[in-house]
Amino acid sequence: MTALPPGAIDCDLHPAPPSVSALLPYLEPHWADAAGHRGLHELETIAWPPNAPLSCRPDWRDGDRRPGSDPERLIGDAVEGFGTRYAILNCLYGAPMLYSEDMAAGFCRALNDWLRAEWLDRDPRLRASILVPPHAPELAAEEIERMAEDRRFVQVLLPVMGETPPGRRVNWPAYAAAERAGLPVAFHAGSAYRHPPTPVGWPSYLAEDYAAQATAFQSALTSLVAEGVFQKFPDLTVVFAESGVAWLPAHLWRLAKYWRGLRMEMPWVDRSPEEIVRERVRFTIQPFDAPEEPDAVARLFDHLGSDDLLLFATDYPHWQFDGMGALPEGLPADLVQRIAVDNPLSTYPRLEEGEP
Amino acid sequence: MTRHVVAPVSEFPPGTRRCVVLEGRRIALFNVGGRYFGLLDRCPHQGGPLSEGVLTGLVEAGTPGDYSFSRPGEILRCPWHGWEFDLATGRSRFDPRRHRTRAFRVTAEPAGDLRAETVPVRVEEDHVVVET
Amino acid sequence: MTVEVLDRPSGETPAEAALRIADCDIHPSPKSLEREIYPFLEKRWQRHMERYGARPRQPFLNGPAYPKGQPDAARRDAYPPAGGRPGSDLAFMRTQHLDPNNVGFGVLNPLKSGQGLQNLDFADAYCRAINDWQIAFWTREEPRLKASIVIPYEDAAASAREIGRCAGEEDYVQVFMLNRTAEPMGQRRYWPIYDAAAAAGLPLAVHAFGFGGAPITGSGWPSYYAEDMTGHAQSSQAVLTSMIFEGVFDRLPGLKMVLIESGFAWLPALCWRLDRVWMRMRDELHRCRRRPSEIVREQVFLTTQPMEEPRSPRQLVECIDWIGWDRLLFATDYPHWDFDQPDRVLPAWVDAEKRRAFFRDNALRVYGRQMP
Repeated sequence: MTALPPGAIDCDLHPAPPSVSALLPYLEPHWADAAGHRGLHELETIAWPPNAPLSCRPDWRDGDRRPGSDPERLIGDAVEGFGTRYAILNCLYGAPMLYSEDMAAGFCRALNDWLRAEWLDRDPRLRASILVPPHAPELAAEEIERMAEDRRFVQVLLPVMGETPPGRRVNWPAYAAAERAGLPVAFHAGSAYRHPPTPVGWPSYLAEDYAAQATAFQSALTSLVAEGVFQKFPDLTVVFAESGVAWLPAHLWRLAKYWRGLRMEMPWVDRSPEEIVRERVRFTIQPFDAPEEPDAVARLFDHLGSDDLLLFATDYPHWQFDGMGALPEGLPADLVQRIAVDNPLSTYPRLEEGEP
Repeated sequence: MTRHVVAPVSEFPPGTRRCVVLEGRRIALFNVGGRYFGLLDRCPHQGGPLSEGVLTGLVEAGTPGDYSFSRPGEILRCPWHGWEFDLATGRSRFDPRRHRTRAFRVTAEPAGDLRAETVPVRVEEDHVVVET
Repeated sequence: MTVEVLDRPSGETPAEAALRIADCDIHPSPKSLEREIYPFLEKRWQRHMERYGARPRQPFLNGPAYPKGQPDAARRDAYPPAGGRPGSDLAFMRTQHLDPNNVGFGVLNPLKSGQGLQNLDFADAYCRAINDWQIAFWTREEPRLKASIVIPYEDAAASAREIGRCAGEEDYVQVFMLNRTAEPMGQRRYWPIYDAAAAAGLPLAVHAFGFGGAPITGSGWPSYYAEDMTGHAQSSQAVLTSMIFEGVFDRLPGLKMVLIESGFAWLPALCWRLDRVWMRMRDELHRCRRRPSEIVREQVFLTTQPMEEPRSPRQLVECIDWIGWDRLLFATDYPHWDFDQPDRVLPAWVDAEKRRAFFRDNALRVYGRQMP
């Protein structure tokens, strides 16, 4: 078992509202009223059916309660369990996926206020990401400005599959707001399901959908690089959460190859995509979809080419590993220190501010 | 340094190119608007024949969407994988330090300074000379 | 001093010259539709072609969705001196590619066929014509070249019929699809194709590109050709995932699949991920009875081009070690621009046994052929 050093930071945990009605006190009157008289359904996404094996580790289940919906359990299982100094909450509830821009924005505001009141105010170790509507970047920017005043919100959260490829200029107002506020933008596994999640249509199985998250991150990375997001926003950090990491070296080899031959299509990309990504993109470590053999893991890290890329995460309550094995075996201690402590602190400058 | 007479200027007009073998090396020569350029005819990547590449300009952008186009005709794209080379230096656009092909100095010179070799040198006109 | 003024570089003798190689991705084109394709296409469909054109699921009637980096996506030196499109002149293909690169076994993969056309009857007729054309104009003339059975894959019944019609002709070495299908390729609407391929004893080849209508990313259409090209690797990963999880390889344990022109370095990470997901949700994947990586090790092959290019070639070799040296089939993609030159793709220190597998023996084994 690779032990965590003191001060470790868990960069991906998933709280959930116990039900949509838990949001009612936080919704503006118009939306609260509509939720009632329209009989609004639960907004869980098809990406994480609550009873699917991946959605919750067996020993983290709590009867029929929605996984991640009890703050005491999350704090006990994950924060106390792993002894982390901070835990960053990425709520995956499907409110941002509502098609109406206004409704999605209204429910995002409620979720953010709910996170603050029900979670952040409960435990000083908790931090959170700001939920925003992915298809309404101007409204997203407003919400980023509103929430950024609370220093416990440490990044902006978007699904990796939104309505347009993430690099497209239509999305830039959200990135501009994040950069102004000094917040990284995290793309998390998941989709608004505006398009089939694979390049070849809708899959049959949840397992296939989940496998396809890795390819979605690959094309998202291509888009962010090709569209020049890293040149346009020089102070923006991008986090890929629950993305998997083993695919990264091969993807960068391929992306850099096409950039070398087709640079004239994207002349603003003035250096190798490999350099850009190593400097500007960070990846949460679970799921660590690599072999278990330490030799293979060492080779993978060699191919990744940087010790700065990975951020420790349990992906609580998702079932990615058993026991305390959130880190691969055989990592050298200095690399563990980087992944668990140093890289998160440099990715999330607000964490250095300590207890608010 | 060896100087090679490769053609009378009149036979190598602007907008044309040719490929010569000098000391066993293939060299691609270009006349771009009266300026001569020479590159080793072998892309450092996979060996593509640079003499068959298209001449284009330098596309740059300080920020996304803000295109500029300069030095028309002075950037060569490899006919295979599209790597761009600066005709003047042989350096690749994407990584000038690590990826480059050799550039040769090519000039037009009066015949009076040249010795006749296999290309007949006529005294009444200038000749294109490659230095290797 | 000697001065030669040359029209075109002569083929240099490659380092692999001693080894006759297999090239598993060569793209032929007709010199002219009227002269080469129409003789095999019913009059009714000739008229259709002229009035309505070939209409895939994409915006443009002529040309690709994303403008290429260079004309016809071809090497600029691949235009035949006698005229015509790259890949349309057998004599020039011999002198520029087959002879100097010592290609002893080359697989023709026609890209402009009926595949992906919206009108399924036209797709069927056009595919049949392309199949007849490959034999008449290419493989009869050049024994080193072998043909692919192109099928109108969105109509599985017509596809199975076409496989049956062609299967007796030994110059066809594989059934050929494009990877951007309308639905993920493992879904049962396509199964009659795989049954027919398995019955004919032919590998199923799946080449990058296609016209399924779904954007190449899960968040919609990207802006640039470079993104489309990079995206072929994601498409192939989705195709392979679907084929494995839908149980196609378990239904047909004798079926061999060859993924063409989407690189290969992504395969180890995909297998690690699929193994984990399969272990976690096996009860959902009731048709997939073997571990995904095991299926790949037994039934899946990849052509090499376009080879990924890490700064350190050692890392690419390590990646092939993960995949296994018996899985990869060398391919150049001639006459296209992202061509891989055989003497430049592997570091010199890779041993002769691995090189033979990579450049030749794996292909001959998959296709069950001898070097002619």
